[in-house]
Amino acid sequence: MSTHHVTVTVNGQAHEADIEARLLLVHFLRETLNMTGTHIGCDTTSCGACTVMLNGKAVKSCTVFAVQADGSDVTTVEGLAQNGNLHPIQEGFMEKHGLQCGFCTPGMMMSSVALLAQNPNPTEDEIRWGISGNLCRCTGYVNIVKAIQYASEKMQAQE
Amino acid sequence: MSEQVQVHGLGHSMKRKEDPRFIRGKGHYIDDLKLPGMLYLDIVRSPYAHAKIKKINTEQALAIPGVLAVVTGDTLNQYGLAFMPTLMSDQQMVLPLDTVKYQAQEVAGVIATERYIAADGVEAVEVEYEPLPVVVDPFKALEPGATKVRDDKESNLIWHWEDGNKEATDHAFTEAAHTVEQNIYIPRIHVSSIETCGIVADWDAVNGHLTLHMTTQAPHAIRTVVALITGHLGLSEEKIRVISPDIGGGFGGKVPAYPGYIIAAAASVVTGHPVKWIEDRSENLAADSFGRDYHIKAEMAANEAGRITAVRMNVVADHGYTDAAANPSKFPAGLFNICTGSYDFQNAHVAVDGVYTNKPPGGIAYRCSFRVTEAVHAIERMTDIMSHELGADPAEFRMNNFIKPEQFPYKSALGWEYDSGDYHKALRLAMDMIGYEDLRKEQAEKRARGELMGIGISSFTEIVGAGPSKQFDILGLKMFDSCEVRIHPTGKALARFGTKSQGQGHETTYAQILAEELGIPAEHIQIEEGDTDTAPYGLGTYASRSTPTAGAAAAMAARKIRSKATKLAAHLLEAAEEDIVWEDYKFHVKGSPDKAVTMQEAAFAAYTNHPQGMEAGLEAVNYYDPPNLTYPFGSYICVVDIDRGTGEVKIRRFVAVDDCGVRINPMIVEGQIHGGLTMGFAPALMEEITYDENGNMHGNTFMDYLLPTAVETPKWELGETVTPSPHHPIGAKGVGESATVGAPPAIANAVVDALWHLGIRNIDIPITSAKVWEALNSVGAALEY
Repeated sequence: MSTHHVTVTVNGQAHEADIEARLLLVHFLRETLNMTGTHIGCDTTSCGACTVMLNGKAVKSCTVFAVQADGSDVTTVEGLAQNGNLHPIQEGFMEKHGLQCGFCTPGMMMSSVALLAQNPNPTEDEIRWGISGNLCRCTGYVNIVKAIQYASEKMQAQE
Repeated sequence: MSEQVQVHGLGHSMKRKEDPRFIRGKGHYIDDLKLPGMLYLDIVRSPYAHAKIKKINTEQALAIPGVLAVVTGDTLNQYGLAFMPTLMSDQQMVLPLDTVKYQAQEVAGVIATERYIAADGVEAVEVEYEPLPVVVDPFKALEPGATKVRDDKESNLIWHWEDGNKEATDHAFTEAAHTVEQNIYIPRIHVSSIETCGIVADWDAVNGHLTLHMTTQAPHAIRTVVALITGHLGLSEEKIRVISPDIGGGFGGKVPAYPGYIIAAAASVVTGHPVKWIEDRSENLAADSFGRDYHIKAEMAANEAGRITAVRMNVVADHGYTDAAANPSKFPAGLFNICTGSYDFQNAHVAVDGVYTNKPPGGIAYRCSFRVTEAVHAIERMTDIMSHELGADPAEFRMNNFIKPEQFPYKSALGWEYDSGDYHKALRLAMDMIGYEDLRKEQAEKRARGELMGIGISSFTEIVGAGPSKQFDILGLKMFDSCEVRIHPTGKALARFGTKSQGQGHETTYAQILAEELGIPAEHIQIEEGDTDTAPYGLGTYASRSTPTAGAAAAMAARKIRSKATKLAAHLLEAAEEDIVWEDYKFHVKGSPDKAVTMQEAAFAAYTNHPQGMEAGLEAVNYYDPPNLTYPFGSYICVVDIDRGTGEVKIRRFVAVDDCGVRINPMIVEGQIHGGLTMGFAPALMEEITYDENGNMHGNTFMDYLLPTAVETPKWELGETVTPSPHHPIGAKGVGESATVGAPPAIANAVVDALWHLGIRNIDIPITSAKVWEALNSVGAALEY
């Protein structure tokens, strides 16, 4: 197995490592960098628990090799809060009870942030389509939708 | 009122105390744990549903740098660990000695320095199999001469269980003016919590301690089981510590002990290193305990007046290779005898046969209290079939047959004592919310135009909160649960419980119960669960039992604290104890509310100024043995539109009225109902695990086993009534599973309601477009485009 030297910027901080070609980005984040906020829920790119932002786009990090992220900017759930202030999506999930077991939550929030970046004022149906790559077994999505609406309103008010 | 807001007692939708860590990605789930020197376990699994193992060649695997060991059945057998007991006192292989009995069964464990290397090792282990005949269908398994699944048993019949008066019931059927009969299959499904199962087993050879960090809903019970399995090796219970960290969803799937846990523990002992095992999703779907798989022949009898007179059910329960359910030991078919439902009649008889097949083991609950979903589905489908058969409106038929509010406590035909209920009120509210009468008019108009629209009702009664020690135990362990409260000198509190949250929000709701009883703000009450070294013994969280048992224990422990605090308040107020009253979360002398002592002041006195002769400190423990189960109920109404060209079922509206007694945190209750409804919707329309005749599972990924996304999930509308439980200290009944139990028959009834006039009486769940189209086509009602 070939090894590769990569530099990946995660939440604004550059990390260098020598890694195997087959190492998945999600394992690079969790195992190499010990950033365990990004979760793994399936083997097939179906559940979205591992969603992170790669150069501003939401990707499922279980289906990206870490070497593909060489030279890239990655944002994970750990990078959502800035200077100790929660991101509006984090506030929304807490205020609207958008989480129960919390396992899908980081990926769900990252998909939500990506959705709101593209569509700052989505309708309910657009929100539901926007998070349809992320599975949640606890909430029935009702309060996740409300959490995203909360974040949408707050982010627009901030602009 | 302002005081109450500060305390955040019962009825407050306070924000969850667990959320700050979860929204920051700072939860502590099993796969987040990394210990120094930790090794990784990955598992070789059988491609066959039944086969002889002729040879396991580990040479190539062991040649991979970083692969340290391959554990087989022979390895475990040296320690007497090749088999383990299930929670139903059946037996399960940890690793096989010579045969495998289901596809995806564990065959060997590879231990390596890294996760990927362990996976490489799994690929390199060569196993030579000789396939054997397979029995997949439980009815065929019961035929004479059928392939025997278990070498240690006489036949494939695990047990036969009956309840009720057969003679009286048979007689009622003979006498009945109307009888209906229907075969109903409730398919095998999988809970699929988004986090799979896992463990970090950590053997401390110096002190002889084994710590198991693992995804378990029942840490204490697991520790006792491990102690029973390993007792002969000198590993006794005080040297075993089970720690259940944050759990990414459980729903019943994290109650059993799985072979992977035991292999990891054995590997840690053998290697002297911590060993981590985290399941892949495909392993989780293919091998972990499933739910349901009930083949029900249901019958109902009614008199001329349209009153139900009897119910008869005969069930074949497919348990796969072993009975790995997690039922109370006296109830092999769980609480299936709640199948008399919400209706007042005298005669019922049920018989259930548990059967072995060459499929993965199980029979666990899928978010329900021990077979309650199966029971509710059967009675609610039969109620609809009978009402349609009689030409009666299904709502009116239910109203005429409901147990009346004044009949509670009500003794059911199968012996349960329903604690409280007002079924008419809940159904009436659901009908008003959805506009029932108008919908029926719309349906008639649409039907005249050839359009298919259906309205389905489910008026369910659950039975949860197991349970009273006279009837309920698992492996002999009585099903009480516990709370231990310690009040610190500054009036803050720490409380520990025998249960284990998997997303239910116990850190918040238990704190609210204690806040209400103690006047200490919920924010200042720290809740801990899941560590057997610190938490009081309890049977864990499943079957909607946390609030009925541990929630009750919280209130009772708090009342013990308050009783001692009353003495302290009397001391501080220089008054007689009997003159002290507790009001607005404070103590005062009767008639003098101005001069009050808070719980904080009483707590401080307990450490700084307690009366002579009184023990210092302020703490209490309660092991709560519930006097009865609780009986949450509700009425759900679902409206569907069906496409005659494709068979697609669209849920237009779904109203859910739930009555779970007193609500501790309404926000959390509603969240539980939303989630429960979605896990009811899922098996009604989407989820099913099937096998071919060779026992091959049809798809073991989320690309085949379809969980609902936000797009398919209906927009739930909730309503509530509140009928407190008369025997629970705070009147609560539990709510985690009501909606999963109540939703499927509402959906199935809506579909059949749309099709009944075409001569279609039943479509088994999951009601896929293909099944609906087939049904329509079979009666010449499918449209061709």
